[in-house]
Amino acid sequence: MSGSTAISRRAFLKTGAVLGGGLIIGVHLPLGAALGVQPPEETFAPNAFLRIGSDNSITVIVNKSEMGQGVYTALPMIVAEELEVDPAVIRVEAAPVAPAYNHALWGMQVTGGSTSVRTEWERLAQAGAAARQMLTAAAAGTWQVKPAECRAENGQVIHLPTGRRLSYGRLADAASRLQPPKSVTLKGPKEQKVIGRGVKRLDTPAKVNGTAPFGLDVAVPGMLTAVVARPPVFGARAKRIREDLAEKVPGVKRILPIDAGVGVVAESLPAALKGREALEIEWDEGPLAGLDSARQRETYAEMAKKPGAVAASRGNADAALEKAAKRIDAVYTLPYLAHAPMEPLNCVASVRPDGCDIWVGTQMQTGDRDAAAKITGLPKEKISLRTMFLGGGFGRRAVPDSHFVREAVQLSKGIGKPVKVVWTREDDIHGGWYRPSSYNVLAAGLDRAGMPLAWTHRIVCQSIITGTPFEGGMLKNGIDETSVEGAADSPYEVPNFRCDYHMAPAGVPVLWWRSVGHSFTAFVKESFIDELAHAAGHDPYRYRRALLAKHPRVAGVLDLAAEKAGWGKPLPAGRGRGIAVHESFGSFIAQVAEVSVNGEGEIRVHRVVCAVDCGRFVNPEIIASQMESGVAFGLSAALHGAITFANGRVQQSNFYDYPIIRMREMPEVETHIARNGEKPGGIGEPGVPPIAPAVANALFALTGARLRTLPLTPERVREAMGKG
Amino acid sequence: MISFTVNGKRQQVNVPPDTPLLWVIREQIGLTGTKFGCGKSLCGACTVHLDGRAIRSCVTPVSAVAGKSITTIEGIPEDHPVKQAWIAEDVPQCGWCQPGQIMAATALLAENPKPDDAAIDDAMSGILCRCGTYRRIRKAIHRAAGMKGKGGTP
Ligand code: FES
Ligand code: FES
Repeated sequence: MSGSTAISRRAFLKTGAVLGGGLIIGVHLPLGAALGVQPPEETFAPNAFLRIGSDNSITVIVNKSEMGQGVYTALPMIVAEELEVDPAVIRVEAAPVAPAYNHALWGMQVTGGSTSVRTEWERLAQAGAAARQMLTAAAAGTWQVKPAECRAENGQVIHLPTGRRLSYGRLADAASRLQPPKSVTLKGPKEQKVIGRGVKRLDTPAKVNGTAPFGLDVAVPGMLTAVVARPPVFGARAKRIREDLAEKVPGVKRILPIDAGVGVVAESLPAALKGREALEIEWDEGPLAGLDSARQRETYAEMAKKPGAVAASRGNADAALEKAAKRIDAVYTLPYLAHAPMEPLNCVASVRPDGCDIWVGTQMQTGDRDAAAKITGLPKEKISLRTMFLGGGFGRRAVPDSHFVREAVQLSKGIGKPVKVVWTREDDIHGGWYRPSSYNVLAAGLDRAGMPLAWTHRIVCQSIITGTPFEGGMLKNGIDETSVEGAADSPYEVPNFRCDYHMAPAGVPVLWWRSVGHSFTAFVKESFIDELAHAAGHDPYRYRRALLAKHPRVAGVLDLAAEKAGWGKPLPAGRGRGIAVHESFGSFIAQVAEVSVNGEGEIRVHRVVCAVDCGRFVNPEIIASQMESGVAFGLSAALHGAITFANGRVQQSNFYDYPIIRMREMPEVETHIARNGEKPGGIGEPGVPPIAPAVANALFALTGARLRTLPLTPERVREAMGKG
Repeated sequence: MISFTVNGKRQQVNVPPDTPLLWVIREQIGLTGTKFGCGKSLCGACTVHLDGRAIRSCVTPVSAVAGKSITTIEGIPEDHPVKQAWIAEDVPQCGWCQPGQIMAATALLAENPKPDDAAIDDAMSGILCRCGTYRRIRKAIHRAAGMKGKGGTP
């Protein structure tokens, strides 16, 4: 990304003046077929990516939601590099909803798929470079000297021969009157001072002193607070509502049925909760009234007996399985999982006859805005959505049906006042939109040397993509890409291969859960390859390595993790080591986990060595923290996480029965980053997939117990150890 | 009317006595640094100090703090070693759990100025972080313990 870029080729720059003095820079990437709408001239100002004020303020307008993954730091760093400013002086502003802020590939404003740095790098670098060039030209004009004699540095332009200096703020007005440059020169890797450095997060101070504004913290004049009595079974409908007792609860203002259930609007959250308790609702429970996890597993097993839609195939897997010297069969099952972000879902909406304001921590602004327009009947321009900090997202705040925004808009419209809808933790855990459960049937045939000749993987899993705006691109021939990703494209060189898929019946609402399909396919693929290695009597690291000749980046991180973890070196007594490697979201991650297990069957993970190849990167400290975060998130699922059903009802409800790992369970995580010039990959999600198989493989190495069902609960560990 | 002090300032609220302190702090007093995560004393996001001790405000009825002194995240000085250490270690990710973590850490250091890992685990394992910032929290507590000046609550 270095050297001179002709802007007209990929993007066009728009520049202008800030009201009250200053320079603004917008970059519009011509978007794919999905959109291609250029915002009209008058809407340009709010569509800027960079604003330099006469007061020397530098504001980067970020079109991605900050949910912990660090976009409010990494994206401004890209601008700072080209603009020649210290990233610490940059202010960040959340972008409003406008086409200019759409995801460069998906035609709508959305944060997800670990794509933010990958898709925004170019246009933000161009915005920074264009501003620097214009400020430099403005200074040269002021001094009547050649621009080549001037250099931008640390928020100032310097005239080198004379040492004269002007700050960006002083130059911003003059720069805003210049024509935007036709091409900009981006720095090469050797000239970079900001990119690649562990710059401190820009949002840390506000998150340490409690002032960072999250959605749940919003309060607007006249606002009421609501909770929703939600159906006990997915798809249930309220048949009869007895509201008189609830209405008598002091502070309760209104009981209002909406799509999501029955809204209880009150003066305070405690009043709303009391009102909800006093509400008597008779539900028509609908077709999922009998939903039961054990029975669902039987249904999936039955489906898996028949061939599914083929997602990938090469050679003749069936014939090779028959001819193989040794055949290995296994079934892997994984449960539904809730995202459980620490900040429960919420949204504030204020619907007026002439407009609607929304304050929300969301990953999908455009869809949410459009949903509000539909409910209110207002034109889209009359809906103003402000993106707040997200107290965790993990995919849960990217909902294609905008349900948590819709309920606030419906309640505010119904009552004619601003309303904040709050989900309790129980609402969250019961509330669906889970990582789908899956049933995986594996078979492999080994040759006499123990190397795989054939590998088949049949997946039964609900589809996430069906019914979303992404159906067109990600649902093909009955195959949901997110159900087979990481399985159908396994890097292991096996001459006869098949991955097929049965779409399980819809019903339970399912959603992308940090790392999506990879969250289960990595566990299956990396556990099963481990099984093959042990069956062949080979070292699991070397066995994988031998099958990765055509995938140097996968092999590279595997080697790096093995080396840093001291693979093969003796461990203290009672410890076992396991390895796993997985590619997702354009990045390659290998992890080595060191575990022990106590007499109760409780697994303790002591140390995780993590090797990352995400190509060119912005901030190594954010990569390290995202690896720690991915390990923690994946470990909660590996050791504890399961949403199960009985009589149609979710059996878990809060952190006591849907635990997430605590401080004493958190392993030491060491991150090693491969340095290369490859295309940037994602970093928010790829740390999750390898940890569960690394731990399960370590448990096998330690105890000989192979667990093929998550989570690795003490009961399952004890049972497997008793057997094995 | 129930009266108590929050961050040194006298407050009087007119709410049912069983109202959880958390919602009085957030909704009536308007200090939103104290967070809600579970409402059942399971996550620690709502941790505040009652006369210097860490408590879970989501399960503390406001009547129980009548005449007492509450400190929230907003009442911890910006130059407090714990806040400084949190910034130095760049602890937060999403940030939601962090006020509770900081309140638990300041109470711990007030009681035990040089906690070892085990003491930190004991004091902090009740405060959940979905983003997995635990290792940095532990480092930050060690760093704060090593700083000059006051380690405890003001
Ligand atoms: S909100 Fe009080 S402990 Fe979770
Ligand atoms: S920083 Fe996100 S929950 Fe702790």
